[in-house]
Parts: sequence; C-alpha cells; structure tokens
Amino acid sequence: MSTDPRPYPQLRDTVARRDRSLRDKVMSLEEAANLVADGETVGIGGSMMSRTPMAMIWQLIRSGRRDLTCVRPITTSEGDLLLGSGLSRHMITSWFSQGIMWGVSKVLRHHVESGQATFEEWSHLAIGMRLRAGAMGVPFMPMRPMLGSDVLRNRPEAQTMTCPFTGETILLVPALNPDLAIIHVNRCDRYGNAQIDGLQFMDVDLAMAADRVILTTERIVSNDQIRRMPDQTKIPFFCVEAVVEVPFGSAPHECYGVYEPLMQHMNAYTSLVNADPVGGMQDYLDRYVYGPASWSDYLERIGLDELLDAARRGRSVLND
Amino acid sequence: MTEAYSESELLSVLSARELKDGQVVFAGIGIPLLAAVLAQRSHCPGLTILFEGGVVGATVEPGRLPPSTNDQRGARRANMVLGSSEVLLLMQRGYVDVGFMGGAQIDQYGNLNSSLIEAAGGKPAIRLPGSGGGNDIASLTSLIVSIRHEKRRFVEKVDFVTSPGWLRGGDDRNDSGLTHGGSFRVITDLAVLGFDAGSKRMTVRALNPGVARQDVQDNTGFELLFDPDLTITAPPTANELRLLRSLDPDRILL
Repeated sequence: MSTDPRPYPQLRDTVARRDRSLRDKVMSLEEAANLVADGETVGIGGSMMSRTPMAMIWQLIRSGRRDLTCVRPITTSEGDLLLGSGLSRHMITSWFSQGIMWGVSKVLRHHVESGQATFEEWSHLAIGMRLRAGAMGVPFMPMRPMLGSDVLRNRPEAQTMTCPFTGETILLVPALNPDLAIIHVNRCDRYGNAQIDGLQFMDVDLAMAADRVILTTERIVSNDQIRRMPDQTKIPFFCVEAVVEVPFGSAPHECYGVYEPLMQHMNAYTSLVNADPVGGMQDYLDRYVYGPASWSDYLERIGLDELLDAARRGRSVLND
Repeated sequence: MTEAYSESELLSVLSARELKDGQVVFAGIGIPLLAAVLAQRSHCPGLTILFEGGVVGATVEPGRLPPSTNDQRGARRANMVLGSSEVLLLMQRGYVDVGFMGGAQIDQYGNLNSSLIEAAGGKPAIRLPGSGGGNDIASLTSLIVSIRHEKRRFVEKVDFVTSPGWLRGGDDRNDSGLTHGGSFRVITDLAVLGFDAGSKRMTVRALNPGVARQDVQDNTGFELLFDPDLTITAPPTANELRLLRSLDPDRILL
C-alpha cells in the first residue's frame, strides 16, 4: 500500500465523517482487532522497548490480520513478531533489531534478505517529520538530515529542493497519515483522553496523523481524574476509536513508571529465534501468542516472578 | 605504574577526554553513553547529555545504566523529557555541540555504515539495523565515533552511507546541503584520529600507549595520513578507571 501524501480534501473528509462525539469506547482486544482491515497502514506507538502496544499486536496476530504496512520510530522484537507471523511484510522505520544487547535480529535478516519483507529505512527525524506533516495537515516537512547519504538515495519518496527564501538545499519528506495508530498509554478515560507518563516519543504526532487510534491502557480512570491533570493529557478523545484496558499491555517491553523490560523473557526469546528464525519463531508464536487462552494466560506463561521483578524495577524510577 | 584495562575501558576513557566542560552532547548507547557520563563525573561537571528518547540533561546513576537511550532509566532525574522529534530538532536548531556514537563500518572520510554489508566473495548481503538517530546526529553535529580498529571495519569506501561524514571528501559534505558539523574524532583501541582540514581524509593524531604507527596502518583498509605532530596518548589513570567501573559494575556496556 502506498504511503504517498493524500490529497487534502480526502484528509479533511475522513475526519469530517468520523463520529467525534464524547462516547464510551471501551471494548475488548478482540473487538478492537475487528476495527483493523488487512493491508492497512498502521502506526505503532512507543519506541524501542518502551510503551510498545504489544497486547494489540498480539491480538492482531491471533485475529489473523495480514499484510499491514507498519510504521514505528524504532523497531525491536515486536517487529520480529510482525514479520514472523505475516501480520506485516513492510516496515517503515529508522532502526530494526531486537534491542541493543542481542546483536542483529536473525528474524529481520531472514525476512529482509530473502526478499519476503521490506525494511523501508528513514532517519529517525524523518519518521518524526513525516508524522508531523501528517499531524499538521500539510503534504511535507522540510528538514536537513539525510542529505548526501545513501539513506536518501534509497528513498525516492523524498525530494530535495532549493529553498525559495534562502537558496539553501533542503530535504522535503512526505506526510504520512496512517489508516490507524495503535498506542499504549499509562491511563485514559472511557472516551479516550489519554495520559502518557515519561517519554512520549512520537505518539502525539502519530495520534493526530492517523485516521483513527486504538488505545490500550494500563488502566481506565474516570473523566474527573483526567480533568484533575489536563496538562498530562497528550491525546484528545476525538482522535480515538477504541479503548482497551490491558494491564502489562507492553510486556515484555516496558511502560514508564509501571514496569521495566522483562529481560529474562527477552533473553529467552532472542536465543530461541536467533538460533532458528523460522522454527524458533513458530515455537514462540505457538507458545506465547496462539497458545494462551487470554492476555492473562500469556502473562502467566511469562511468570509471576518476572512480572513482579519488572514491576519493582519499573516503579523504582519514582523512588528517591 | 599503570593499571591493566580492557579495550572497551580504553575506548571509554579516551572518548571521554575529547569532551569539554560546558558542552551539550547527544550520546548514543554503549561506549558513547559511558564516556559522556564518565566525562560528566570527572573533568566536565557542566556537561549536558541528551538522549534520542527525548531526554535533556540526563543523570545516569552508577549501576543503573539504561538498556538503550529510549528507556525509562535514561529519563530518571533528567532536567526534561521531550518528544523524540523535539530532541532531534534541538540538534537541527544548533543547540548540540557534539554527537557521540559507535558504528559497524567507517571509511576514509568518516562516513559510517550501519545499514547493510553488500554481497561479496560468494557471501550474501547482510541487513543491519539501520540509522536510528545516527544519520540525524551525523548530519547535524560534530561527531565523535568510537569503534574497534579492524581492517574489515576501516574500509576505503563504506558499502552504504548511513551516517554522513565528509562524504567524498573536500567540500562534498557542504555541497550536499550539510553545512554544519561533520566527523571530528574517531577513537579506536589503537589511536585517536581526526580529519585533514582540506582533503577531509582520516588522519592519525595520536597513538594509543604501546601501539606503533605501522600497527594502525596494518589494521586499516585504506592509506592513513599521519599528523606531523603525532603524539602518544597517556594511558587511562587509576581515577578514570575507578569512576568508569563504578558506573557499570555489572559490565553491561563495558
């Protein structure tokens, strides 16, 4: 699916037709997955191993979605799962491996080197500026990085121009308006007013750029509670289509102030799939994605000791 | 009497020495992060550290190193957390003096490759993780690179320019539209290198303790220039090593 900038009337029309009223959007993971169609362009919130909407990705795999074009600033083990399950064969990102400490992902290498999947590489800022242009309702953003590099040479979608004001050479990156964004947040209300603690990455631009947003959240709070700290609300409810409460919804990645990455699970996962990127991945999917009866059952398979340790480390960021 | 030290400890200490008090530095994970924090705790108490996750004014505590520069640990006790685009835009606006990162492959003009190794000699192409913030940092700041000195890493021309140095040398970087910053120092286990002011070719500025001129050339895949005032770097001091080891007692990054 093309991610060229869309005509402005089409962008406006998509928003105009949406029900932007204050309404209860709480649903289950399965129901939220039914809002996603095969082949759509999906922006994935968070970055690296932080606030990854893992539960939603997990559900989309279980629901048998295929061929999504996925966008993320920095992609880690969730990208392996996207490629390994067939949920995506096209990643738009600046960096893709499993994390910093496990070397180059063999799952990435298998899928990209064999031509089964595309890794569309942009600089980190370019991903940000593409989403920002999308969020702003303009067809491109100017920026300076990527000029002169092979990252640019591989990206005919971007254009260089001579600035009409200064005469400088400047790069224009095209707006990216995903069909859908999936974002995991610390808390939100039933309408989708979402509060993010700590690092927000590119989630605000992503939410504004996308046609619709599925939120997963560590907890649902009342609208009154949201209103006590409106400065913490980063995503307004009218961008949001669905709200799903999923404790530990980023596991085995982290959620700021709630839990740090589940490193034993990550170590076991990377050993398994890097030894055999096809069979090992199938084992992992069978055991942890298709096998569990529910998200709670998935967490149970990871184990209480590890969850509690991750939660202890996660909350310690708030300790003196 | 010099204390024994590992290669990564040497790289961290020599990299830290390149930073000056009062600078604003954008640090990647690994040796760059350790070196920046070491500098902050030794000769640069006024050093400001930025991380790509959105962190401004990081304070990394000994024994609590972040697993990447996008994790909550990196944000603890910072002055500020921004969005990822905003922290990268601080570089574009010009607030950041020095960028600091590692690399898989570097060439004679300081271009870095972290995207792919081309097929050669019957071996298939290898896909690598890609730019991340690397291209942005290299495009916008004076760059310090810490990298292991091996012939396969120091190549005449990188297979893919992920993060631009001086491109094809001379004025090529400037002509491409990258008017500021550029590859400034390359710190290796053998030497401290810089770039010739005119040709922008990689130039050895100082040899690491116990390393001969020829050792550096023998481990490099192109012809190096040597500074006429070539010096010998002083080995890591006991104090530098003590501070560094206290940062990473579990040896996560060292």
